[in-house]
Amino acid sequence: MGRKLLTEHVNVEGIETFEVYRKHGGYRAVEKALKTMTPEEVVDEVKKSGLRGRGGAGFPTGMKWSFLAKPEGVPRYLVCNADESEPGTFKDRYLMSKLPHLLIEGMIAGSYALGARTSYIYIRGELLYVLRILEKAIAEAYAAGFLGENILGSGYSLDLYVHPGAGAYICGEETALLESLEGKRGNPRNKPPFPAVQGLYARPTVVNNVESIASVVPILNDGGDEYAKLGVGKSTGTKLFSACGHLNKPGIYELELGLPVEEFIYSDEYCGGIWKGRELKAVVAGGSSVPILPKELILKTAAGENRLMTYESLSDGGFVTGTMLGSGGFIAMDETTCIVKNTWNFSRFYHHESCGQCSPCREGTGWLEKVLHRLEHGHGSMHDIDLVVSVAKQIEGNTICPLGEAAAWPVAAAVRHFRDEFEWHVKHPKEATQPGAVYRGAGVLV
Amino acid sequence: MQPTTAPAKPQFSPAAQAEIKRIISRYPAERSKSALLPLLHIAQAEFGGWVSPEVQDLVAETLNIRPIEVYEVATFYTMYNLKPVGQHVLEICRTGPCMLRGSDELTAHLERLTGAKVGETSPDGHFTLKEVECLAACGFAPVVQVREQYYESLDTPEAVDAMLSELRGQIHRPILPWEETGLPTSLQNN
Repeated sequence: MGRKLLTEHVNVEGIETFEVYRKHGGYRAVEKALKTMTPEEVVDEVKKSGLRGRGGAGFPTGMKWSFLAKPEGVPRYLVCNADESEPGTFKDRYLMSKLPHLLIEGMIAGSYALGARTSYIYIRGELLYVLRILEKAIAEAYAAGFLGENILGSGYSLDLYVHPGAGAYICGEETALLESLEGKRGNPRNKPPFPAVQGLYARPTVVNNVESIASVVPILNDGGDEYAKLGVGKSTGTKLFSACGHLNKPGIYELELGLPVEEFIYSDEYCGGIWKGRELKAVVAGGSSVPILPKELILKTAAGENRLMTYESLSDGGFVTGTMLGSGGFIAMDETTCIVKNTWNFSRFYHHESCGQCSPCREGTGWLEKVLHRLEHGHGSMHDIDLVVSVAKQIEGNTICPLGEAAAWPVAAAVRHFRDEFEWHVKHPKEATQPGAVYRGAGVLV
Repeated sequence: MQPTTAPAKPQFSPAAQAEIKRIISRYPAERSKSALLPLLHIAQAEFGGWVSPEVQDLVAETLNIRPIEVYEVATFYTMYNLKPVGQHVLEICRTGPCMLRGSDELTAHLERLTGAKVGETSPDGHFTLKEVECLAACGFAPVVQVREQYYESLDTPEAVDAMLSELRGQIHRPILPWEETGLPTSLQNN
């Protein structure tokens, strides 16, 4: 198994306590940053590391930090996005509940780099038990002098709080998250202004994913250049992947970026192959929003090269034959999976989670859900297949936030790669609506 | 018989008031509205698992904001229950990864066992069934959340029975955010 930077000590007894975490090298990154580095030097190390946002967008974290406006006398904020809700993604919950001090350490180093004096961790409301774990750890960090006034005698002071959401996928979008943190509905804001200029309380703000912030700790400990040596090309370092669906060993895996997808799925070291001895049919590689790929295209690119677990390799071929690494939520589907049903399920999700602000998304996600429902339930027409593609196209690019794209991409990709299966539902409604019925290719009976 | 007096106006307990004070202090003085979501969680725990219009008004009063500012938030976020609920609200994840591992069958099974349909409360008042979207536990699907507790890998009748009998043995009481509870079993052993 490859090198682990985040989860190396995850199974150590008591690692969730300050004492044990500290014994295993915890808070060295904070000591190093506050005692030997300027905030600018911390930002530079993160830039050198090539770390890319681990929440899904993959935007370089160091660059995001350098965009932060720094007007004199105006408070700035670092907000951690712990609103993990992208279907298939469950890495942040794991990281926070097992290694709360890793996130806190990253928050202190990050806040120092950005000059924030108050920082918030916005956690999804369902994870109230994780909120308690974090609050306990934060209290320990205050008691040990790593939070509060004049940390380690450096003159730098920081207060850190956890803030719960209350059930809304949209609050994972950074401006909706800020609205929610201000006590409002989670309606995404028009940009510009970007949060780096006007974020929380209209102050300059950086919003980063849990895993991105945690990754700052090994980056500072080992140096950005060392971190950048791991991985392949612009996909540096390690990343947590949460594997689910029809796998023998679903769970959370920290991988050095660059592992072949085939090895990740089939090796006993990782997911251990497809359950019940079945064949793989399709994979959604980066959370429900990214395009689904059939087995042939997830294992190999269109050019026949091994597909790797990197940002570049997974998106090789664009949306015609590729997908995205996204959040690392890896959903595997076996040969008994109905793609039409699955696509309808995801569309229902996006319809449910649309905040309702933009008409194309509010109405379009409803259309997608309804038309896919009738296709799945044997009442669809050939025209409906083109209709969902057309609706998806009209949502895409026409909304304030990327929920529009997140709703559109899975539908467009499902029809792109599994059109036969949609047509089979139209042509053979009786067979298609039998319990457990699945299309297995032209001329093959159920 | 009609009640002769109006129901008493809800009031937060002293413990909840102390927690509310602590939470409000986390935000800049002129930004105390930020405490709205946490306060609604406390209110829901204090007043029987749901937030009535009266309770929402109390939250508005506590934060010194207009009632509409509370209503629009309480109706936006799915965790706030706007109708009375049973002793235990079973929040069943229905999203893709859970569906792939049998959440449809689990929902049907729970409907049979409890006598409640999704959106309803069982005749004995024990269980309210609620379908929810992804709970971020996809690797341990199918999943049901009951307040603080995640029940995971509910793919056998035995696992479901164990969950229900455990819950039947628990007396309903509010769980406030500062109380201690354990980790889900899957994370303990992971």
